[in-house]
Amino acid sequence: MSEAGARGDARPRRDRVLRAVLPVAVLALGVALWEAVVRLYAIPPYVLPSPLLLFSTLIADWSVLSASLLVTLTTTLEGFALAVVGGVGLAVLFNQSRLIEYSLYPYAVILQVTPIVAIAPLLLVYLPQQAAVLACAWIVAFFPVLANTTLGLNSVDRNLADLFRLYGATRAQVLWELKLKAALPYILGGLKIAGGLSLIGAVVAEIAAGSAGAGSGLAYRIVESGYRLNIPRMFAALFLLSVSGIVIFFALSLLSHLMLRRWHESAIVREV
Amino acid sequence: MPLVGVHGVSKIFANGVQALADVSLDVEAGEFLSVLGPSGCGKSTLLRLIAGLIQPSGGTIESTAGKAELGFVFQEPTLMPWATVAANVRLPLKLKGLDPTAPARVEAALARVGLAAFASSYPRELSGGMKMRVSIARALVTEPKLLLMDEPFAALDEITRFRLNNDLLELWRSLGKTVVFVTHSVFESVYLSQRIVVMTPRPGRVFTELAIDAPYPRDERFRTSAMYAGYCRQASEALAQAMATGEGA
Repeated sequence: MSEAGARGDARPRRDRVLRAVLPVAVLALGVALWEAVVRLYAIPPYVLPSPLLLFSTLIADWSVLSASLLVTLTTTLEGFALAVVGGVGLAVLFNQSRLIEYSLYPYAVILQVTPIVAIAPLLLVYLPQQAAVLACAWIVAFFPVLANTTLGLNSVDRNLADLFRLYGATRAQVLWELKLKAALPYILGGLKIAGGLSLIGAVVAEIAAGSAGAGSGLAYRIVESGYRLNIPRMFAALFLLSVSGIVIFFALSLLSHLMLRRWHESAIVREV
Repeated sequence: MPLVGVHGVSKIFANGVQALADVSLDVEAGEFLSVLGPSGCGKSTLLRLIAGLIQPSGGTIESTAGKAELGFVFQEPTLMPWATVAANVRLPLKLKGLDPTAPARVEAALARVGLAAFASSYPRELSGGMKMRVSIARALVTEPKLLLMDEPFAALDEITRFRLNNDLLELWRSLGKTVVFVTHSVFESVYLSQRIVVMTPRPGRVFTELAIDAPYPRDERFRTSAMYAGYCRQASEALAQAMATGEGA
């Protein structure tokens, strides 16, 4: 009995430690292997820079790279914010008016299914570069928010809806107190997807703008470094993009956890 | 004058299913009335009609209890999982607008169902029986004249169910409400009510009415008495006949 209890206690803790330690160990192993291969075969840095060179480039070029990082992150966050406002707003509008839903939904789908890489050059023709990049980030990110919010708004418990009707709730009360709250887990799921996608949208647009643009985002640095065969800087910029994506994902996961931990099944740690 | 008068009401849903046919019954103020019938006999539909949640296809429903004086308890607890117990109970008051007495009324309603200590818990932290108590507290918080209950204890285990039966009778006696209680359990309907309306299935009609002339308070002694057994036999027979008619029709 006590033995079983002790094991039950130890397992989650060991699980948590393993979950943190294993990815780090794999990373360390990978980096060490990479460094070893580069040195062993004397691979030139313009083919494959070693991890050490990558980090020294990161530090040496920090002023250029950090400015680019800021540009890309700003675009991403603005695109994300617009996607959240647009996605949730449009979903609420669709939920309130069937006519609007019928009129606009097909176009939301068309925006979603047309590859962003194909739209980006066109947007760059018609919009100033900064606006075009932002539009790309928005187009890619808003659909998952729209789709998830729509699903959430339609997943309200029928009896709860009846209860609101019985007590004479207004349309606004049903929306705020019932539908949006019931949709919250779905909306947060949509945000998690949209966060990563808005970064992708920003990068795609920057790359499409390429050297022709006056932009200075991280993707632009990657293209530029490619032309100049400055491969270590290319890797450093890529590294920063990847870190940005990870940070966005974890920030949104944390937000979701904080908002749902008291009541939603997904956020509850079950004792097994 | 009855509190609710149902006159020749029928209900046909959009998909063509006839749930009720020519149902008439009166609910007297202060009484405990059970509607007994098999699954699919339109009991819930009848309750939703009385609550004004749906409109009858034919016939009329007169009620002197306004919409504001109704309490409804569903088969499931139907709580908002994102809100605390207190916030759930407060919902009817909140939807009606600002009410400075709301916190006190919520507290009183929770105390009446014995959950004063769980005001800040979330529904998922409660057992099935406790959730149902919260649901009852929410129905009582507006001090309704008429309490409509749609098989509220059907999903609970027998021990919890018996306890909630006793609590409900206690509340009914002390608060002087009118209760319409829908159930498919013969034993529950006899134990609780003064009057039982037995319904036939598909489409639902009133088959017969039974008066349960047993004094309150009713307790475990009543549950094991010969009188209780006699009424249960009567109600079972009525239900069996009702089902036979329903199938013949």
